[in-house]
Amino acid sequence: MYMDANTVTAQHATPEQGDVVLRVEGLKTYFFTSMGIIKAVDDFSLTVRAGQTVAVVGESGCGKSMTALSIMRLIPDPPGRIVAGRIEMHGQNLLDLPESAMRKLRGNEASMIFQEPMTSLNPLMTIGQQICETVLLHEKVTRKQAMARAVEMLRLVKIPEPERRVREYPHQLSGGMRQRVMAAIALACRPKVLIADEPTTALDVTIQAQILALMQDLQTRLGTAVLMITHDLGVVAENAQHVIVMYGGRKVEEASVGDVFDMPLHPYTRGLMAAVPRLDKLGCAEHPARLQEIPGMVPALVNLPEGCTFAPRCPHATERCRAAYPPLVEHRPGHWAACWEAPQFMEQDHAAS
Amino acid sequence: MQQTTGFERDLAKAGANVRGRFGRMRFLTRRYPVGAIGLVIMLVLVFMAIFANQIMPHDPIRTFPRNALQPPSWDHWLGTDNLGRDVASRIILGARISITVGLAATALGVFLGVMLGLTSGFLGGKVDLVLQRLSDIIQALPSLILAMTLAAVMGPSLTNTVLAIAITKMPTIARVIRANTLALRAQPFVEAARATGMGELRIAIRHILPNTLAPLIVLASANVGSAILIEASLSFLGLGIPEPAPSWGKMLSQSAADYLRTAPWLVICPGIAISLAVFGSNLLGDAIRDILDPRQAGR
Repeated sequence: MYMDANTVTAQHATPEQGDVVLRVEGLKTYFFTSMGIIKAVDDFSLTVRAGQTVAVVGESGCGKSMTALSIMRLIPDPPGRIVAGRIEMHGQNLLDLPESAMRKLRGNEASMIFQEPMTSLNPLMTIGQQICETVLLHEKVTRKQAMARAVEMLRLVKIPEPERRVREYPHQLSGGMRQRVMAAIALACRPKVLIADEPTTALDVTIQAQILALMQDLQTRLGTAVLMITHDLGVVAENAQHVIVMYGGRKVEEASVGDVFDMPLHPYTRGLMAAVPRLDKLGCAEHPARLQEIPGMVPALVNLPEGCTFAPRCPHATERCRAAYPPLVEHRPGHWAACWEAPQFMEQDHAAS
Repeated sequence: MQQTTGFERDLAKAGANVRGRFGRMRFLTRRYPVGAIGLVIMLVLVFMAIFANQIMPHDPIRTFPRNALQPPSWDHWLGTDNLGRDVASRIILGARISITVGLAATALGVFLGVMLGLTSGFLGGKVDLVLQRLSDIIQALPSLILAMTLAAVMGPSLTNTVLAIAITKMPTIARVIRANTLALRAQPFVEAARATGMGELRIAIRHILPNTLAPLIVLASANVGSAILIEASLSFLGLGIPEPAPSWGKMLSQSAADYLRTAPWLVICPGIAISLAVFGSNLLGDAIRDILDPRQAGR
């Protein structure tokens, strides 16, 4: 079921020319702690168009979730602060908005699905009340109309018997059902942008597939732009059109899904792909029986060294890598990577094919 | 639609007839016999408090000097005091004071404690620091001494007694609520509520407060007994409920010095009443804690 570059490109031949719904430019989110400044997100940019799914990929602790929380302006302050950048929705820089305007925007224009469906719902309120609450916050409707909307939303996310389920409490629902409810809450006000922070991580594989299919279905039906945060490359291959790979709080590679899976240019991306178990290639020379891992750990984001943050773990690292951080360069049309060695990788791959 | 809770499932597993109020009551009584005794004591006291005017055999306030210091008899079940007032009637009316103060002080203390704890835990930072140091100061003093000082400053009256006791109760409750709030604030559902655009005050009231209620019920029920005891102590020291209302503590203090040998019923009766009230509410509080605490369920 995992990636296969050709089918991926064929599947998602959607033209990338919808309206830009969300634009992030030069975002820097720092945490000021007693240990020093943690650069959780450093000079990060992205663009999400209507109806498009952009995936942000990386290991735990590389700044994915912080990017998502920054966009919603939900960074705990103190110690965190967005120190630079622009977050634009319909030409409006969200960083200029007062908190009250931000509250009107959250859950309405931009909403979020979290990682933990088991604990993301209030155990003391019924499903219906929790959906209603969001609707009532943002729209001038009566409680009865809001309840009707709740039932409609539950039907939309394919929960059976929605009329009965609205009166149930979270503990009466399974994890997959709860994630559907989270999706219902997030989509209740028809947001322009949906940020899904590892929406399927806590679910088992069959439920994952259901939730992802549901999200795709809702996206095509409602035209929502989705920013999908994940570490699962299978999820990326099947759901996203555009990929951004993050490492150490920075963007290291960006391209369409087809390009990235076809020819990853950053050794970190290559490492991530090699780390995906593939039954079809098991035991061959390129993919030995042992599962490949990326040696070492994600660096602590305090006092990062001068050079490339990935250099200590990189098999191709050179003196230049350790000396200076590589700029993000467009190595081929629409395919950006921040690696000094990327041109060599391209040559090798061309030679091989 | 019949909702079943985990607790009811436990009951059903134990073979109890959980359907219907009486079936459940009977099961609880069998499982928590001590708690049932506490419940009975408290029900009797509450009954006495509510229907005092109907069940008092004599006027508890008017004095009959000629009837002074009568030992218990058919007419005066628990004898009379030095002013000829019927002790039984005074005990019955005294229940009203004890129960009123016990419940009102607990309710007020819980209310103040919740406000304080929620503010402290939710806002955090400097507000939290200041509020917590203030409650440290309150808690550093023995509760009786503090209540005495407050009651002495405000003057003896029912309202002031309730207020004084409530203030001494407040910090303990604030602590528990603060700790719970801190834990709940980090819960994903709070973050999720924020992501739907909900304001901080609304999050505190709609999402955090209701989730702190379970420990609150336990804490409140355990506090009623001690509130009753503090009232008795204050009245004993002359700082509680003023004359002529019959407070058990005051009945004790008026007779303890002079009549312990000559008219022991004057000391024993209010003493037993106080002990029973405290005992009853503590037993009930413990049983409520056991019932609501799932970790105790297996026993």
